[in-house]
Amino acid sequence: MKKLVLFIPLALFMVMGIFLYQGLFLNPQKLDSALEGKPIPAFQLERLETPGEMLTEADLKGQVSLLNVWATWCPACKYEHPFLTMLSRRNIMPIYGINYRDERALAIKELRREGDPYTINLYDKDGRLGLDLGVYGAPETFIVDHNGIIRFRYAGPIDQNIWKETLYPMVQQLQAEAKADGAA
Amino acid sequence: MKLVNLSITLFVALLFSLMVQATPVDTYEFKSPSNQKRAISLAHELRCPQCQNQNLVDSNSPVAQDLRLEVYKMVDEGKSDDEIVEFMTSRYGDFVLYKPRLDPKTYVLWIGPFALLIFGFIIGAVLIRRQRHNANSDIEMSAEDQQQLDELLKRNK
Repeated sequence: MKKLVLFIPLALFMVMGIFLYQGLFLNPQKLDSALEGKPIPAFQLERLETPGEMLTEADLKGQVSLLNVWATWCPACKYEHPFLTMLSRRNIMPIYGINYRDERALAIKELRREGDPYTINLYDKDGRLGLDLGVYGAPETFIVDHNGIIRFRYAGPIDQNIWKETLYPMVQQLQAEAKADGAA
Repeated sequence: MKLVNLSITLFVALLFSLMVQATPVDTYEFKSPSNQKRAISLAHELRCPQCQNQNLVDSNSPVAQDLRLEVYKMVDEGKSDDEIVEFMTSRYGDFVLYKPRLDPKTYVLWIGPFALLIFGFIIGAVLIRRQRHNANSDIEMSAEDQQQLDELLKRNK
């Protein structure tokens, strides 16, 4: 019994070691969104293509959707753009865009050239909606359920892998939830 | 002479153009010096979500600039520190706080060191007491033991 007591420090050390070892593989850039479980913040922004046409959070509600924060100054957004365009052709869910701290003319030009995956595009010139969404870098993508509640935030560019392994299962699950809700 | 005048004008113009380029945040005018002091010390305690190892004042990332400006504005609007911290954490999570709040998630963080310290004191006390006890018992040797010891020593000779 007395000898076992002598092993306590070793056991403590090993527990600590396991903790710290796990820490080596965590990505410090990956932050949990504080917005998960909360509704889309209230906003009033112009549609990107038509200055003067005001949109609010009510325009984005109703179905499961992706909310994608993008800008022409953001290289990673250019990387994910073709994938988003491809995704929009599959008509799984609407993709709403937030054009974040950008120039309207440049953004429209870019969409004309590269294709436009967005059902609706909001023009968030001074980044107010971005701030309310807790955006800390573009691109960021939010999965929003049919009640307009943010359920997941992915920071970084989306590609086939991330879509297939993380985002799509979640979208499918939420769409099932929406269907059950609609049937009830 | 004309050339000198021209170059001076150009120089002054250049000087002003530099000022125009400065970010709006850094030329922010506070309503009062006390507001400025409070806002800046508050921004020092908030972490930039993008660059992570810098606070809002030190960082030059666009997000930090936005958030800094937001803090400054809210201070000037007369918002309390708690309201401003609440504004930040409801958007960016507890991550932005350099000083974590006391809640069930952070109990280990706050209480852990004191618990370890007390634990250490207890172990130390137990060890010292035991050693003292042993030292005392060393002196006391029964007559029987003494006899046995003498015999053993004799046998060795």
